[in-house]
Amino acid sequence: MSDSQLATTSAPRVHAAEPEQNYLNCSRGFWSWALTLDHKRIGVMYLAGVTFAFFLGGVFALAVRTELIAPGYTIMDADTYNQMFTLHGAVMVFLFLIPSIPASFGNFVLPVMLGAKDVAFPKLNLMSFYLWVTGAIFFVAVLFTSGLDTGWTFYTPYSTTTGTSVVFATMGAFILGFSSIFTGLNFIATIHMMRPPGMGWFRMPLFLWGLYATSLIQVLATPVLGITLLLLIVERLAGVGIFDPAMGGDPVLFQHFFWFYSHPAVYIMILPAMGVMSELFATFSRKHVFGYRFIAMSSVAIALLGFLVWGHHMFVSGQSRLIGMVFSAITFSIAIPSAIKVFNWLATMYKGVIWLTTPMWYALSFLFLFGIGGLTGLFLGTMSTDIHLHDTYFVVAHFHYVMVGGTLIAFLGAMHYWWPKMFGKMYNEKLGAIGAWGVFLGFNLTFFPQFVLGTRGMPRRYYNYEEWEGFESLHFWSTMGSYLLGASLMLILVYLIQSLVKGKQAPVNPWGAASLEFTTSSPPPHFNFDVTPTVGEPYDFDDLVFDAKTGGYVRQEARNS
Amino acid sequence: MSSTASAHAAHGDPHGHGGGHSGADHESAHGGHGSHPSYVAHHFDTAKQQFDTGKFGIWMFLVTEVLFFSGLFCAYLLYRAHHPEIFIYAHHYLDTKLGAINTIVLLFSSLTMAWAVRAAALGQKKVLVWMLILTLACAFGFLGIKYIEYSHKIHDGLVWGRAFNPAHLVEDYHGPDPKNVHIFFGIYFGMTGLHGIHVLGGIVVIGWLLKRALRGEFHSQNYGAVDFVGLYWHLVDLIWIYLFPLLYLIH
Repeated sequence: MSDSQLATTSAPRVHAAEPEQNYLNCSRGFWSWALTLDHKRIGVMYLAGVTFAFFLGGVFALAVRTELIAPGYTIMDADTYNQMFTLHGAVMVFLFLIPSIPASFGNFVLPVMLGAKDVAFPKLNLMSFYLWVTGAIFFVAVLFTSGLDTGWTFYTPYSTTTGTSVVFATMGAFILGFSSIFTGLNFIATIHMMRPPGMGWFRMPLFLWGLYATSLIQVLATPVLGITLLLLIVERLAGVGIFDPAMGGDPVLFQHFFWFYSHPAVYIMILPAMGVMSELFATFSRKHVFGYRFIAMSSVAIALLGFLVWGHHMFVSGQSRLIGMVFSAITFSIAIPSAIKVFNWLATMYKGVIWLTTPMWYALSFLFLFGIGGLTGLFLGTMSTDIHLHDTYFVVAHFHYVMVGGTLIAFLGAMHYWWPKMFGKMYNEKLGAIGAWGVFLGFNLTFFPQFVLGTRGMPRRYYNYEEWEGFESLHFWSTMGSYLLGASLMLILVYLIQSLVKGKQAPVNPWGAASLEFTTSSPPPHFNFDVTPTVGEPYDFDDLVFDAKTGGYVRQEARNS
Repeated sequence: MSSTASAHAAHGDPHGHGGGHSGADHESAHGGHGSHPSYVAHHFDTAKQQFDTGKFGIWMFLVTEVLFFSGLFCAYLLYRAHHPEIFIYAHHYLDTKLGAINTIVLLFSSLTMAWAVRAAALGQKKVLVWMLILTLACAFGFLGIKYIEYSHKIHDGLVWGRAFNPAHLVEDYHGPDPKNVHIFFGIYFGMTGLHGIHVLGGIVVIGWLLKRALRGEFHSQNYGAVDFVGLYWHLVDLIWIYLFPLLYLIH
């Protein structure tokens, strides 16, 4: 096709002044959003929801850090403190981390990347969003009743005896579990059944492999959490006694049930993040991703091995030494697929043309932080060292390096990568880089001192510490870091919202990415593509060149012909 | 070759979208070529793709159901392994005859459900309606019998937790002294209660099928819903097939 043809026919959709038809403006009004079956709108609603949950969890986190800035009473008493760290954990895990990337960006991107018109079951998709909302309402109800002070793990027998709103919280988590199950079920069915001709399993972008592996865990592990929480509710309301040692029950059984879900849940949080990373590293190194099949298969390997390691949370629960050794060994074996990914990303960057955009800063942060998070996990997977580090700040620092340094960083990376596609607007690149650096520095300042605190014996979840213990300056810097982190996140929120109003119109392909979502307009039309796309190689960047007219990238042949 | 293809997609092939489709007439915007019957959702290309996807989805849902019950089966396994005497002692309290009748009722309902699926696939509206009514009748019958059993247990103080206070002791038992017999009833009510909730769910969806069947919505090209509910119903049946021997027939 010639340039003149482009100008007359398809160009207006790319950079015209008048508003074009897209999924955002094709219908208007509250109900057109509230009852939408469009996966893109559901993704956007999820994005707003999980961001709100993240804000809420962040406020709790800052309250906890502020209390710990100095020994003794700072801003709250011990009971309030217990509620704060519990709600921080529960809100972050159940309302933010688990749905974060899959439910928002996954929902938006998955069908588009696949070249499909929607997910397999659009109504089920909407239902899982409302289940998420219902679960969130239950958690808010906890806030306005007697709170929650069990820790996010709801361990029995404390959770069956405390006077706080355990039933509301567990009902909330139970309902959120179903939201998660239905999302996973939908994604698996979509990937299996809705791929257009030409989209073989090994032609899918790696983000989809990440989502696929995540969905497997969501479908296979979450029901077990469901029944566990249901048993806990029944235990509390009816006194069944299955987890109550005074009545012949077994509280450790609860721990087994809980971690059978909650360890795989860690991979629900990290696998989509890894999927995002594969996209970012390839796109911003302008190089075919290294070791495609290994990255794809390592996601599935992590998902499956993740089911066999729950016992490493219970090394000190009195389980047998043999079982401990088996769980320890399997835990180490998960390091292999994780390392395969990290080395493949490094190899992808090697001799690539690295383009330091905001998403790429997040990708580099991820590599660094996930590296630290993963390697410190080895100390906790080794029984002899875990005995000492168990329930100390070392554990807190470790999982924050994975959950924040991994999942949150990837969430922000994905947000900056797909933002122009989702909303059709470019954000301020300079502020983007400042935000990314602020998050990186603030995060390290918050959590690196906690490794030191942990090895020096500061237990997690404690309200207080004494001056003579020597924890004060480390706690002080950790709290300062959390303020920097909070401020950077607010900056990001501000310039992203500003971009919606004042941002430049985004081109079809601002990053020169090769996957299908960057072949449709920004934002995409209601049915994703005006013409069913022909599937290409998702990491073929060779002939993508910058086109000054649109400010984005186009295929060279199309430009020259 | 692939890059040429992507290039076309990148610009939205100008020759490809002749018809003016402005978001308002979505359904026609990409109906493809010609026939896109009303019972096929917009995002599927063919009725077969829709059917296969639904079937895939329902099987996955059944996997989650099995896992949902698995927690209770694990609890059963654990407590039975650690305290076999509780189970051997307490099962004498259960009414094997009523349990057996209920097993037969459910097995029969599986037959009628399977028949309903066949009738739907063959477009036999009358048979379909009758089979669904029979299945519903069995489901209600099952719950009725379960109600009789539950009320006897509750009347005799055979319940979970601290409220456990048996009206009479088991006579023909010669084993170690069972402690915490209430654990058995906690598990019994937990498992059969959750199963009962699934039967109730089955009644709701079969009722929905019946309503649609009366309207004549099902035919050989569109009977997926009947098939999928059928699979769910068979699973509910299957779980009972495990519960019956595990709880009633212990030796």
